[in-house]
Amino acid sequence: MATDPFLVLDGLTRRFGSVTAVDHLSLALDRGEILALLGPSGSGKTTVLRLLAGFEHPDAGRVRVGGTDVTDDSPVSRRFGMVFQHYALFPHLDVGENVAFGLESGSLPRTEVTRRVGESLALVDLAGYERRRIGQLSGGQQQRVALARALAPEPRVLLLDEPLSNLDPALRERTRREIRDLIHRVGITTVFVTHEQDEAFDLGDRVALLERGRLAQVGTPEQLYAEPGSPFVASFVGRSAALPVRIVSVDGTATRIDINGVEWDVPRREGEVARSGPATLYARPEALWLTVPNAAGAVPGVVGARRFAGANAAFDIELEGGGRLEVTAPPLAARPGDRVGVVPSRRAGGGLHLFPADPR
Amino acid sequence: MSRRGTQVAGAVLLFFLAWLVAYPLVLTLVQGFRAGGEWTAEHLRAFLARPTEMRALWGSLWISIASVVAAGLIGIPLAFLFTRFDFPGRRLLGAALALPAVLPPLVGVLAFMFLYGESGFLAHLVRAVFGLEETPWRFQGAGAILLVHAYSMYVYFYLFTRAGLTQLDASVYEAAASLGAGRVRTLTRVILPLLRPHLAGAAILTFMTSLASFSAPYIFGGGFRVMTTQIVATRLNGDDGLAMVETASLALLALAALWLLQRTDADEVSGGSKGAAPERRTLGSGALRVSLGFVSVVLAIILLLPHLTLLLVSFVPLGTWTTEALPPAYTTGNYLTLIRDPVRARPLANSLWMATAATLASVAIAIAAAALTVRRRVRGARAIESLLTIPWAVPGTVFAIAIAAAFSVRSPETLRFVLVGTAWILPMAYLVRNLPITGRAVLAGARRLDPSLEEAAATLGASRTRTLRRVTLPLLRSAIVAGATLAFVTAFGDFVTSIMLYTYDTRPVSLEILSSLRQSDVGVAAAYGVVLMAVSAVVFALGSERGSSG
Repeated sequence: MATDPFLVLDGLTRRFGSVTAVDHLSLALDRGEILALLGPSGSGKTTVLRLLAGFEHPDAGRVRVGGTDVTDDSPVSRRFGMVFQHYALFPHLDVGENVAFGLESGSLPRTEVTRRVGESLALVDLAGYERRRIGQLSGGQQQRVALARALAPEPRVLLLDEPLSNLDPALRERTRREIRDLIHRVGITTVFVTHEQDEAFDLGDRVALLERGRLAQVGTPEQLYAEPGSPFVASFVGRSAALPVRIVSVDGTATRIDINGVEWDVPRREGEVARSGPATLYARPEALWLTVPNAAGAVPGVVGARRFAGANAAFDIELEGGGRLEVTAPPLAARPGDRVGVVPSRRAGGGLHLFPADPR
Repeated sequence: MSRRGTQVAGAVLLFFLAWLVAYPLVLTLVQGFRAGGEWTAEHLRAFLARPTEMRALWGSLWISIASVVAAGLIGIPLAFLFTRFDFPGRRLLGAALALPAVLPPLVGVLAFMFLYGESGFLAHLVRAVFGLEETPWRFQGAGAILLVHAYSMYVYFYLFTRAGLTQLDASVYEAAASLGAGRVRTLTRVILPLLRPHLAGAAILTFMTSLASFSAPYIFGGGFRVMTTQIVATRLNGDDGLAMVETASLALLALAALWLLQRTDADEVSGGSKGAAPERRTLGSGALRVSLGFVSVVLAIILLLPHLTLLLVSFVPLGTWTTEALPPAYTTGNYLTLIRDPVRARPLANSLWMATAATLASVAIAIAAAALTVRRRVRGARAIESLLTIPWAVPGTVFAIAIAAAFSVRSPETLRFVLVGTAWILPMAYLVRNLPITGRAVLAGARRLDPSLEEAAATLGASRTRTLRRVTLPLLRSAIVAGATLAFVTAFGDFVTSIMLYTYDTRPVSLEILSSLRQSDVGVAAAYGVVLMAVSAVVFALGSERGSSG
């Protein structure tokens, strides 16, 4: 028997004036699950977090934790821990006092508070930092103090707002790993907001992609990447070039399409457009391969720009019949100006997606 | 507090402020157009018909503009000198530049009188040196007023310009230079335009302060009338209706100036505030350095002279200093009088408790206003903010008249009570005058606070009260201390409102100074002045220490 989800967002809606920041959003998290809220800026992900924390009240919809409705609970009584984008550490209190802040509201004895503060700091690898001033800490350390402070009162849910955006890139990857280990060790149900796909994929058990306040798709990183449910998902998650094509025929496992007079067979997935006629192909660079221009089944084009990226390079190909594709290949495979042919790579299964033609 | 409770608290605060600040002003305006229980334009006609009224209004206006020019001419170059250059005596002069701030208006006037007046220190010196019978000048009229204004108000220009210049980063100068602009062109095309909002701010502040200035015209005016002294004179003549019209005209002039200020605030130029400030240039040749050093020492002495003179006179026994260059005898008697004579000690105690009460109340109101208008905007938040600002724009004389008119009538159903003549009236008047000082400081501080700090406290389970006590108030401490310091010093040295509203039992120090002066008890007046000056200086010093350690 499947257990009931622990944290449920049920049809959440929040409007600011005429703008609907969050539009009928429903999500469910199991206990201990980490969910990444991913989306471009303005997609409403921070509003979702603030609705969860209780800083905003939804115009419609409910939030439930462990079966209890908390929608009307204040942030104070909700017992959700939150790590703010700029950490929001209290500058006039030292590290220990910051971490103890959430423990002092209750009826814990002094010694217990001290013990829990020590424990929480040890958890984020800052044992013995109790008497440091906030201003003396590096950005990474402040971030860990913020995490320790949020976790110390043993909240039911942990909320993280762009947790890594204030760290320099070198520190980001390490901190990401530390946060993931820590959350898994504590086993706390977590929602975090990010606009970085890498971060969402690395930290999230599942990723919810938001588009203008609506849920575009939710699933494991693999699902989002391999089975995008819309052109928006296909182009926001990973790279995809969009190309107008025509569907020639459809059979049980494959769709035959026509690109500038050349025909390709694209593996067919459930729910994909199945009608003959115009469509849009979203092709990932790694799903394509370069060959000679007149090879069988190759779409001819000219190499535009080449972006070197170590083992591979990304090639922009201007197709001779119009349109543009991006292809990943070894850096020496072609030079700008070369005439080449583009074919689907052998293991292209997940990288080519058909959607209804753009209305444009 | 619940949402509903917050709204109720907001409504209560709005109502209280409207009653305290706006209601007396409205009543004043109304009374200017009433006589014998009927509406009339008779006072207005009298006001417009009398040439003395127009002269006083014009006097207020031109002396204020002249004060802006004079203060600017002193303050702006000083600020440039200080921010951009290094020279001998820089630190000494820098310390001296803040000196006018510790002189409450009446004390400053007193010091100037003792220093430059016909029987002042300078007069003694000149008469002794040249063997003259009479002082060859009279320290009176517009010139004297202007001198006092320039001395006490150049500080605005100096501080505002310095603030603007320190915000400019070195790259601004470098960019201008790399584009081939010479020093003059850089100044006129880049630096001054960037400083415009700061200069405008200082100009309006100076203008408003001059317009409201009462002590200097009252003591030095002679035949030269400005509106503030005109109002007091009319009131003493018992012509209340005319006094109300005069009050209204001064208030309108002030509000027009405030409107100008808010316009300049709105289109503020944003200068690059990141990066390093340009290095100070050490001024070139030896001769220039020496002469600048000399000038700065002389300037420092000029700035300090009023204080020193006041101190000197406070040690002079009654009637002993007649024709000598320096006083022939000294005594601590004047100070002992203040301490020993219970009648004379009373004003000091009065001023202390009244200023303290007004300061505490204005801080409490400012904190409440910040809590109700900055994060959670209650209905009427804008009105609350405006009511806090109005007393800043309206001259003290106007408020004194308004409060005197509003609270000398018993009429509980229109919320008017007889407060004039009680111990309540002066603390209340001080409170009104303090509202913009603490209000501005605390509201600005609250706006600077990162809202997520309070949200963080909430997610950690802290109630509103605990968040206020443990997070918000500690973080606002320096803003609160700064506002409270300035408020206390202002109330403690107040003369403008006190002269209209005091009673014998509640007479503050400033009134005691005036009456000592009238009895020619110059030494005691000076001693009181020194006490006011010393308390102001101590409070400022404590304030800056407390404020910065947080």
